[in-house]
Amino acid sequence: MPMLLGGVYLFLIVMAFVFARTLAIMRFYVPGLGAETRPHSVPNFHAYFAAWTAGFFMLLMLALYRLFFAAVGSVTIPLILMALITALTCLMSFKLTQREFKARDYVEGFVQFALFLCSGVVILITFGIILSLLFESLRFFEKIPLTDFLTGLEWSPQIPIREDQIGEAGSFGVVPVLLGTGLITVFAMLIAVPIGLFIAIYLSEYAGRRRRRVIKPVIEILAGIPSVVYGFFALLTIGPMVQTGMAALGFDITAQSVVAVSIVMGVMIIPYISSLSDDVMSGVPQILRDGSYALGATPSETVKKIILPAAFPGLMAASLLGVSRALGETMIVALAASKAANLTFNPFEAVTTVTVQIVTLLTGDQELDSAKTLAAYALGLILFILTLLLNIIAISIVRGYNAKFHR
Amino acid sequence: MIDQPAPLATSPFNTSSPARLPKFRCRNVQAYYGKTRVLHGIDVDIPDQSVTALIGPSGCGKSTFLRVFNRMNDTIPNARVTGHVEMDGIDIYSDQIDPTVLRARVGMVFQKPNPFPKSIYDNVAYGPRIHGLADYAGELDDIVEHSLRRAALWDEVKDRLGEPGTSLSNGQQQRLVIARAIAIRPEVILMDEPASSLDPIATARLEQLIDELKQNYCILIVTHSMAQAARVSEHTGFFYQGALVEYGETNQIFTNPVDQRTQDYITGRTG
Ligand SMILES: Nc1ncnc2c1ncn2[C@@H]1O[C@H](COP(=O)(O)OP(=O)(O)OP(=O)(O)O)[C@@H](O)[C@H]1O
Ligand SMILES: [Mg+2]
Repeated sequence: MPMLLGGVYLFLIVMAFVFARTLAIMRFYVPGLGAETRPHSVPNFHAYFAAWTAGFFMLLMLALYRLFFAAVGSVTIPLILMALITALTCLMSFKLTQREFKARDYVEGFVQFALFLCSGVVILITFGIILSLLFESLRFFEKIPLTDFLTGLEWSPQIPIREDQIGEAGSFGVVPVLLGTGLITVFAMLIAVPIGLFIAIYLSEYAGRRRRRVIKPVIEILAGIPSVVYGFFALLTIGPMVQTGMAALGFDITAQSVVAVSIVMGVMIIPYISSLSDDVMSGVPQILRDGSYALGATPSETVKKIILPAAFPGLMAASLLGVSRALGETMIVALAASKAANLTFNPFEAVTTVTVQIVTLLTGDQELDSAKTLAAYALGLILFILTLLLNIIAISIVRGYNAKFHR
Repeated sequence: MIDQPAPLATSPFNTSSPARLPKFRCRNVQAYYGKTRVLHGIDVDIPDQSVTALIGPSGCGKSTFLRVFNRMNDTIPNARVTGHVEMDGIDIYSDQIDPTVLRARVGMVFQKPNPFPKSIYDNVAYGPRIHGLADYAGELDDIVEHSLRRAALWDEVKDRLGEPGTSLSNGQQQRLVIARAIAIRPEVILMDEPASSLDPIATARLEQLIDELKQNYCILIVTHSMAQAARVSEHTGFFYQGALVEYGETNQIFTNPVDQRTQDYITGRTG
């Protein structure tokens, strides 16, 4: 049925288009049928105008019909209405298709409107998601007080909560989860930022054009590896490796240690940081480099004193982008980190993350209203706010720096 | 690659008197970008403590030739220089020469002012810091002040040394990079169209500055302005399609050129 409506819809639009175009050609270009001056718009614009009009009103009609007469469920009525609209459009076109009619300007307006609509829809969807996050989180905070959530040191939502015990303090304390996320992120960045930066320095200042053309794509392949692959790599290879390595030193640690997870996550983030940083540093004007070399500076002095400071805001933004990737990364930690929330700063222990907990909370049978399910929204909200803050910080760093040194 | 020219004194353009040795001697200097040769064997002596102007139509190789003297062509991928270039009698393209040390002696000012995105102070202090020129506390301050004074910028910036160099006007920026260049006490200053982005007033100041600086420095300046070359320089070289067509006293070049191509260029019939 939708297929039929869609087909007819397209067909009628084409009809309107062909009608208006033919009409315009006959009126403007066939000798003896009209005046001798040039038309304001060429026939195609008259045709587009008719097609847009028919398409728009048919869509509007279909939407209204569904909204108010959904129960009727008939296909015939919409079909008839669509045909009617097309007929009206053709009638209008018959009147409007004149030399002086500004079809071209109207079509421009239509296009602008359609483009605006697209961005508007995306903005609306974004706000919709944020609002639903907010409202579901509020429902969660009706069951679990916000302060308990934010300051609680124990997170164990998986323990069955009896009806009368819902909201009992201690089960939904987010601190260990956030701490785990932070710990993994910090260690991942300790790996990704320096290595990514060194790669970028090599690529932009030392490698030369030809080597860069080979090396950069190879590194960017890292970014193309699906994160689930990194995940089982962390689970099956790096985790046990770190474990046996530490065992050789006489320490008994888990295979899910922060270090193991962070190594893999760091490697995953390297190409993002190196690639962006390379772009930023290559963007530093050549005349600054020349100025430094002409004063007798070596390449490394030039990098340290000119390139890095000049590229600083961009490098900062690249690193913060890496941080938000680490915060939101799910597959690696879902596979290789712990599900249990340990409150610890020790990088050789296992911790859990916000994303892992969201996955855990929402897999399996769920009551939509339980605190367990709603907690996922609260966690999602926290993640969103954190990422948003990071972006704001990144932007303000860049702005502040630009205001100072680049007019 | 470097073929030793036998008689250094037989250059057709040897204008230096025996009393004053030339700062630079170039013999059969050729430059290539990839396989394209853009300098076809330049022979010239550049005198010390005076201004030498390089003129010629766009793309004739003036900038490339200027970069021969501080080996900045080394930093350009594909670029290659052959031939013999002596500074004070020493081959600057020999393996013993460290280009960074050479560039500390041969400063350069570019067409577009290129202050670093640092404070005015740090711009001028950049070179002295790299080369460790300040020995005692406060010497760096002295170097910065002295250099800015030499560049005729001190009075305008002395109260705002902490502000970014990029916040200055175009003409001020150009004087800032000159101050930056003379802060490492070079012996030579290369200038590649230093006035091309300046207004007439700033240009006049710059020319006055060049006039003062030439007491102590050997200055090479590339310019598209005949009038400027005539005003500031003692010697002028005319480049045409990668060759040094004519070189001599500026007066003679502009009043009585030997070569027809020079004549055409300075009278505006080519270029
Ligand atoms: N980096 C480069 N790679 C390849 N060719 C170059 C490069 N730089 C300059 N050239 C070529 O070398 C020749 C000389 O260039 P150069 O910049 O020395 O000319 P110029 O006399 O300074 O010109 P202008 O007055 O326009 O500055 C030109 O033909 C130019 O196209
Ligand atoms: Mg040039």
